[in-house]
Formats: sequence, structure tokens, C-alpha cells
Amino acid sequence: MEDDAPVIYGLEFQARALTPQTAETDAIRFLVGTQSLRYDNQIHIIDFDDENNIINKNVLLHQVGEIWHLSTSPADKGVLATCYNKTSDTKVMTCAAVWRMPKELESGSHESPDDSSSNTQTLELLCHLDNTAHGNMACVMWEPMGDGKKIISLADNNILLWDLQESSAKAVLSSSAALEGKGQLKFTSGRWSPHHNCTQIATANDTNVRGWDTRSMRQIYCIENAHGQLVRDLDFNPNKQYYLASCGDDCKVKFWDTRNVTDPVKTLEEHSHWVWNVRYNHSHDQLILTGSSDSRVILSNMVSISSEPFGHMVDDDELSDQEDQHQEEKIKEPLQDSVIATYEEHEDSVYAVEWSAADPWLFASLSYDGRLVINRVPRALKYHILL
Amino acid sequence: GAMEAVAAGSGAGGSPENTGGGTGGGGWRRPHGPLQRYYGPSATEAVEAAPDPTDINGPHFDPEVFMTKVRSECPLGQLLAREAALGREIRALDSDMQTLLYENYNKFISATDTIRKMKVDFRHMEAEMDDLAANMAAISASSARVSAALQDRHRRGAQLAGVQALLRKLQALVEVPGRLRRWAGTEPARALRCYARARAVLRHYRHLPSFRAIEDESHTIMADLAQRLRMRLRYEKLDPKELTECVEMLLQLEELPEELSEEFLSQAGARLEAELAALEAELPTSDPSGTAATPPPASDILDFVDRGSSAFVGTLCQLAGSYRALFGGDTGRLEPFAAALATRYFALLERRLALERGLGDTSLLVRALDRFHRRLQALLELLPAGADAAAALVARAARERVDRYLRALQTFFLGCLGDVRQALAAPRPPGKEGPGLPDLLATLAASVLGQLKAVLAYVQLFTARDVAFASLPYFKGEFCVAAVREGLVVAFVRWLCHTARGFADGPAERGAPAAPPALLLLLARLCLDYENSTIGYILTLTDEQFLPQDSGPSVTPGPALCAEARAAAQRLLDHYVQVQGAAVAQMLRKSVETRDWLGTVEPRNVRAVMKRVVEDITAIDVQVGQLFEEGVRRAQSSDSSRRAFSVYSSSRAPGRYAPSYTPSAPMDTHLLSNIQKLFSERIDIFSPVEFNKVSVLTGIIKISLKTLLECVRLRTLGRFGLQQVQVDGHYLQLYLWRFASDERVVQGLLDEVAASAAHRCLDPVPMEHSVVELICERG
Repeated sequence: MEDDAPVIYGLEFQARALTPQTAETDAIRFLVGTQSLRYDNQIHIIDFDDENNIINKNVLLHQVGEIWHLSTSPADKGVLATCYNKTSDTKVMTCAAVWRMPKELESGSHESPDDSSSNTQTLELLCHLDNTAHGNMACVMWEPMGDGKKIISLADNNILLWDLQESSAKAVLSSSAALEGKGQLKFTSGRWSPHHNCTQIATANDTNVRGWDTRSMRQIYCIENAHGQLVRDLDFNPNKQYYLASCGDDCKVKFWDTRNVTDPVKTLEEHSHWVWNVRYNHSHDQLILTGSSDSRVILSNMVSISSEPFGHMVDDDELSDQEDQHQEEKIKEPLQDSVIATYEEHEDSVYAVEWSAADPWLFASLSYDGRLVINRVPRALKYHILL
Repeated sequence: GAMEAVAAGSGAGGSPENTGGGTGGGGWRRPHGPLQRYYGPSATEAVEAAPDPTDINGPHFDPEVFMTKVRSECPLGQLLAREAALGREIRALDSDMQTLLYENYNKFISATDTIRKMKVDFRHMEAEMDDLAANMAAISASSARVSAALQDRHRRGAQLAGVQALLRKLQALVEVPGRLRRWAGTEPARALRCYARARAVLRHYRHLPSFRAIEDESHTIMADLAQRLRMRLRYEKLDPKELTECVEMLLQLEELPEELSEEFLSQAGARLEAELAALEAELPTSDPSGTAATPPPASDILDFVDRGSSAFVGTLCQLAGSYRALFGGDTGRLEPFAAALATRYFALLERRLALERGLGDTSLLVRALDRFHRRLQALLELLPAGADAAAALVARAARERVDRYLRALQTFFLGCLGDVRQALAAPRPPGKEGPGLPDLLATLAASVLGQLKAVLAYVQLFTARDVAFASLPYFKGEFCVAAVREGLVVAFVRWLCHTARGFADGPAERGAPAAPPALLLLLARLCLDYENSTIGYILTLTDEQFLPQDSGPSVTPGPALCAEARAAAQRLLDHYVQVQGAAVAQMLRKSVETRDWLGTVEPRNVRAVMKRVVEDITAIDVQVGQLFEEGVRRAQSSDSSRRAFSVYSSSRAPGRYAPSYTPSAPMDTHLLSNIQKLFSERIDIFSPVEFNKVSVLTGIIKISLKTLLECVRLRTLGRFGLQQVQVDGHYLQLYLWRFASDERVVQGLLDEVAASAAHRCLDPVPMEHSVVELICERG
């Protein structure tokens, strides 16, 4: 049972922004945003044909500036938001906007006989998120599992909650909160919790992680000094409402129970440089994906703190006696958190890793030099989890 | 004639011709006679081969030869003088002879007279003897008559004497009740003796009414006495001797031994309970919660054990001995009794030992335990079952003390660490250097090792030869291995490594002050030294001092311990690199993040932060150099190579930047940098370092430069921003290459910084390299 070889796709430009097409549940599709100061920036729509191991791409022009962050609407396949740098001679401003891609690209165009001619299409601007009063946009988050009408953006030290109205043609700032304190505070990243009816978000600034209630826009918890140095990224456990992963410049990945902010539940120290990205698998939350500027992507199996600490639960009724015994044997196996695999296909810092929205066993990673690598969870582990 | 007389006189002395030689010869010769005869004349001839016939005293004197010789040799004067002398001598001898002859004659005459007189006297005496015989016969006849006359009287006298003795005995029997009554109160023992004597007789004559009366009365009195003794036994406090006497008497009174042994034990029990209570009174009330508030014990442990031994153990032994003497070998009741009491005594002692909280005087404890053990031997002969419990108690106490030493060592080490921290943190007046790291390390290592040795010396008291319990199997084997080697030495080393490691694993709770980097470095070196030599030394020392006499439980091998120490050292050094690297990196990050790279002016200077970085790294270099060896560099670091390096970098620099500035297809850039990367090794930034200065410094520089790279990538630069990065990079290269093990690492990272900066630049026009060099040289 050989594992499939990774599939590598090279972009011509440097790139940091990667996102799965959240609303797409059938096809494996990722979006990559490029960073170039001197050429028109692009969004590459990467379609992965799982059966034939082939990548199909479509390129959209994003002429307003280099892309620092990408996110897609959970409801509408064609809608996405970017954070981009608007550069003048003396000033750089990071702005955010909501876009719609051409209709025919929403579900990918599997037949693109002529690559070179097809990359002339452009995005349709839906609306800007006006940040003139709030500072540089760090990221845009969509309400998970929502109707695609609520988004939150982080701008310097502000949390901005927007309502998208008139088919996303208009963004109305519905509420906001500002982080006050000594010095220049700046959010580095944030995630919107899928639990609690989507009323909580978590943000990272400097070495701290904070939780916020989106109804009151008040802080609900704060993990001070979550990491020894800057916190780079966060993610919520999709199945356990109080569990949160964070990563940062101390090369560590930490897992928190937000009800106890003094100590992490677990700590991983596998990377040899800053960890830029941490992602829970959407279905099997024991699978943790991390990307680091040591050019490595690491897939870890954190069984002991997952929602399936005793393996996949199967109703007793469905099991015959033999299967029952088999099941028992499996339960007896010791639970060990372990690194499943270290992926070394990248040669530059990896700034983004993402699970596919459609296939829970597939993920993509993007390094600064524009290399996108698509990998799968090893089959042995996959069957171990499933069976 | 005179001459001949002399010659004859001397010849009579024994010449061989005279045959008197065998008898009259020199005294010394006699034993040789038989030998001479056996070996024959040859031997004699050999001895007397040259007889001197001229020796006037010799055996072979020949007057003729002598005369001839004298006549021929001596002058006339001398001959005349000699003749005159001989004449005088002969005359003197003649007169002597005549005198002797005359005296002899006189004595012979007087003897003859005496004999004649005796003959007359004897005849007279014979007659007198006959008279005497006749008289004697008369006397004996008279005597026979007298004795015949007196015989009858004598017989009657003897009869009277017999009657009197009988009467006296009867008198005594009659007096028995009275005596018994008199003595029963005051001297029961005497009464008992009296009764014992009388009892047999009374029993014999009990058919006679008068005797029966006496016997009955005696019985009553003795029953009374028995009753009194019993009461005494039951209700009075008796010392062991009295108790023994009392029970002995009761036994003689034919009381039931079972009952008595029970009474005896209960009485003894009460007595021993009192002893135990006295001992217990010295202990603070057992209070399981408030262990801290108990006052120190009034007397020291040796005193306590002493009193316990002499009072309790002594009494118990005495009583047990009495019991055996009284009730014979049946110890069925004694053993559980003694065992229960001994257990309580042990418990008390254990409680007292638990009070020995401080380290106090170990020799005192050892002596106390020794005394306890020795004194107990007597008891253990009676009570073999207690031996295990006693040995276990001693072993526990020893083990407890060893554990306490371990804790004391740990406290001591933490104290030393505190001192080191203080010395490191102490503000130093400028110009005056504080104690260097090597000094601090040496002090720390020496004092810890010294303390450990001192502790070992104290612990060794437990196994000293003059200590009785040291011969227990526990102290020969398990104590040496499990308690001292594993429980003390190995545990301490383990704990030390663990504690040291703790500094690397971060403070216990977030927010606590982190250990200063110098301390991390110092501890790393300490652990490394432990791995290299100290552990081996300590273990050898321990094994020498506490050589287990049997192959006891398995021990932790030295290499395993060394591996732990090494792991701790590695962890500490890695953490040191991370901390120092992070400090420098933080400086670089802030400097990149807070600057406006678009609006900056043309660079005139190296930025101050870069100078600060170089200064800090130089300081770290000095710090690490104090404790760690230099290490190996991959490239040469001589002056010539340095010159070559600057030529190399100046010649290479334009080429390095070239791809970024050429407005060719963007693909080329990546292709080039990717191809470059294909041929360079992947650099792990936060990776384990080796135990040398160069490796440590390389680690710190890698962390710093990688940070610079990542930070630059997050910014957008103007033309002058790029040029500033160029200047800063060159400056770093000038000063940092010498610290790194492989200058290509520095070069490679700085190249990446430059390439990324060029990428992030809106107007990538590089500065002339000569200008860059000029600025950097200016400082």
C-alpha cells in the first residue's frame, strides 16, 4: 500500500496566502494569492484531481496589490476576501476587500486547453472594507457555517464586525472593539470559533491569545504569554468547544483548554524555527498540521486530547461478536501522541498550510518561493482512524 | 731424696704408667675415658703426641730428662737458688708430717678410752629396762580394771544425751508455729525455710494428735502467708527482685504455677508499662497534624536509648530470666508477652527517632542505635522473633538518616545556586570585574563535591567496624547499594541533573523570573563535567567506601547516569543558545518592525542596533569562552583568509544581487535561488549545539540572522531601505563571520536577507559596494 507521492505545483511569484474553497464540498480546490511588488498579483485557483493525481489551475488577476491573506465564503463558492498591500512611494497600507470570481471558475474549469490565454480573467470587486480609521488589515474571517454575510476583520488593534448587505455589495460595520494597552498593539491573526453558536472569536497579539464574544465585543478570556515569543496563528478544535491550538516564534505548538488559561494542555516542540500555521483537521481533530519557516510541514497525531481518544466509536449493535472483540483489542492499544510525518518538499519558509474542505485526508502547504505541495494523510493511519 | 719425693707426689696425681690415670686424672677428662678406650690408642697418641717430659707438673714428667735438661740449660747460680728453695720446702713438709702424726695418735688413744667406758654403762642399763617392763604390765592391768568399772556409767550418759537431742527437736517442732508466726510478717523467707524443714517431719508424725495440731497450725499460718504474698503480688508494686522472691516463695508454698505465671506476667507487665510510660513521657504527644510545632526533645537520642535500654530492656531481661528460672522452659506465655512489649518499645523508639529531624550529630545517632542493638542482644536470646523487628528498626533509622542527608544535600546545592545567582546578578562597579564564571563554577563544584564527601563520611559511620549492627546483612548489602549508592549518591546526581534541566524547561509558572543566561551556561558546564569525570569519581568513591559484600540488588550503571547528565547539559546549552539568540533576535525584530523602510533617507551609517548586536555577540563569545573550549571551524580563520574573504565578498556581492535587479522574467530569480538551495545544506535554526564555543556562537548567530530574514520579508522597502539593509548586512558579515564554525552559514543567511530585501523593494537600486565598505569601515 504505497502512499501517493506528493503533488507539487510551482507559482512564478512568491506567495503567503492559501485557503481552501470552504463552500466547495465535492472538489478539492485551493486558492493561492501571490506577492509581487513589481508585477500584477494573481490568485491561482488550484483544482486537484484526486483520481488522476493531476492539478488544474486557473489564474485570476488581482491588480490592487500583493496578497497577504485570503479567505473564502462558507456559503458562496464564488466569494472570497483578500487582505492586500496598497503601496505608494512613501506609504504601505494593508486593505481588505470582498471579491467574486467569474462564475465559470466557481466549480473549476476542468477543460482549460490553453493555459496562457485563460489567465487573463479578473475578479469582480464586491466591496471594500473601509479601514481608513482602523489601520492595517491583518486578516478577514468569515462566520463559520454561516450564510456568508458576517465577517470579522482585524485591523491593527481593532476587531471589526461587518455585515455584508445587498449580495455582498455593501459592507456595513456593525460593531467593533479595540484592544487598549501600553505600546502599539497589533493583532497578528485570529480565528472564529465554530462553537457556541459562532459567538466567539480568538485573536493573537504579541505573546497573548484573547477570546472575544462577538455579541458584546468584550474580551472573555486571555491567555497571557501563551508563547515565549510572538504568537503567529491559532485554530479551534472543530469538535471540542473549549480546545484551541496556538503556535509561534518559540517553535512550539500549544494546545489550550480555554477554561484554564494558566497552563497548556499539551505542547509540541518539533519544529526548528518559528511555527507560522497550525490547523486542525476538520473531521478528525487528532490530526494537526503545522507549517514552519524551517521549511517543514509536520503532521501530528494528538490522540490523547482529541474528541476520539478511544478511537472511532461504533454503535455496539452494528457489531457482530467477532467485530466486538476486534474493537476491544483496538481500545486496549495505548494512546500515544506522535508525529506522523515530516514533509520536506519545501525549500523555503512555509507560511501557510490548509486542509482541503472536501477531502479530510488531503492538505496543501505553501512556501514563500511559490511552491504549493499537496499531500495526503498516510493510508495506514487513515485506515487506522476509520476502521 | 727430696727431688724424688716431689716427683712421687706429683706422680701420684696420675701418670699414665700408673694406671690411676683413669681415676685420678683431671676431672674434665673422665667422660672422655670410654671414648678414648673405644677409639683406641691412636687417638690418645694423637692428643699426647708430644708429651713434655720436662713439665714438672705434667703427666709425662721424667726426672732424668728434667735433670739433664736443667743441668745443661740453667746457670749455676740459678741451680743453687733452686736447690736451696727445694731444701726449704722439704724441711717444711717434714715438720708438718710429724705434727699430724702426733695428733692422730692422741685421738686414737682417747677413742679407745671412751669405748671401754661405754661397755660398762650398757651393762647397767639392761637391768633398768627389765624393771620398766614389769612396771608397765602392772599399769595395764590396773587400767583394764578401771575401764570395766566405768563402762556402765558411760552407756547411760550417752542415752541421756540422745534423749536430750530428741527433746530439743521436739521443742523446735513445738516452736515451729510460733516462729512461723513471728517470721511470717517480717521475714517470710526464713519462715518458709523453717516450714520446709519442719514439714516433712510433721507429715511423718501426723498420726500423733499433738503433731497434727502443730502441723495444722503451721498450715494455717503458711496459708495465711501465702494469702498475704498473693495479695502482695496482686496489689503492691514490686521491683523485679521482690517479685521474683515473692513468686518463688509462692511456688514453694505449692501454689499453682499457671496462676502464678499469669500473676507474675501481669505484675511484670505493669512494671514494664511504667517504664514505657516514663519513656513515653519524654516524647511530645503524638500529634499527626502539628509536626512543626513540637518542641525539641529534652534529652538527646543517645540518652534516651540509654535509659530505654537500661530501664526497659534491662528489666525485661531480668524478668524474663526470672520467669524461666521460676517456671522452667515453658515460655509459651512469656514470648507473646515480651513480644508485645518489645513491639511497643520499638514503636516508642521509632517515634523518638522521628523527632531527630535535623541532621544533628550522626555519630550520636549511630552510637545510640549501636547501644540499642547491643543491649537488645540479651533480650533477643530470649525472644528470637524480635530480632527482625529490631534490625528493621535500625535499618529504617539509618535509611531515614540517609534520606535526610539527601534532602540536606539538595538544600545545600540550591543554596550554592542561590549564591551563584546572587554573584551573577550583583551589580559590578565599572572597571572592577566580579568573580569570573570559571571561579564560580569551581567554587560551586568543589563545595558540592565536598559536601557530598562529607555526607558519605557521616553515612559511613553506619557501617563502621566497631558498630555492632553493621554486621547485619542489611548493612552489608542493601544499605550500601539501595540506600547509599542508589538512594543517596545516584539520587542526588539525578536530582541535580533534573534541577539543572528545570532551568532550561522554563520557570515552573509563567511569569517567574527566568534563570540568567550565565547560570544556564554554568550549569551546562557543571553537568558536562559531571558526565566527564565527577560522576565516575563519585561512584568509584562510593563503591570503595561502601563495598557491598554480596551481590545485592542491581545498581544504576555509571554510563546511564552520565547519559542523563549529558542530556541535561545538552538541554541547558541548547536553551542558552535559544535565550541568547532570542534576545539578539528580539532586538533585530524590533529594529526591522519599527522602522519606516519606505521613507528612510540614504544610509550614512551602520544602524546602531547592528553595532549593538555585534557587541552583544562579542560579549556572549567572551562568556562562553570562559567555560567552553574553542571548537573547530570549518574554514581557516587566519589573517590571510580574512583578506581573501573581503575580496571574495566584494567580488561576489554584485553578482549576488544581480538577479534581483535585472528586470528579467520573475521566474529566473526563483530558479536561481532554488538551484542555490539545492546545493546548500538545509540549515536547522533551533538545533542542538555541540559543547564548544564556536558551535554555541554559530547557533546564536543563526537564530539572529534567520529572524532578520523573516522580518525583512514582512516589510516593504524603498530604495534607501534596501541600501540600509545592504550596509547592515555587510557590517554583520564583517564582524560575525569569525564567531561561526562555518562562515558560509553566515554568508548564506545574509545572502538570503539581501535577496529577500531586494524582493521586497519597490525600487531596487543597490548601493555601490565600495560605498558600503566605506560606511562599514567608518564604523
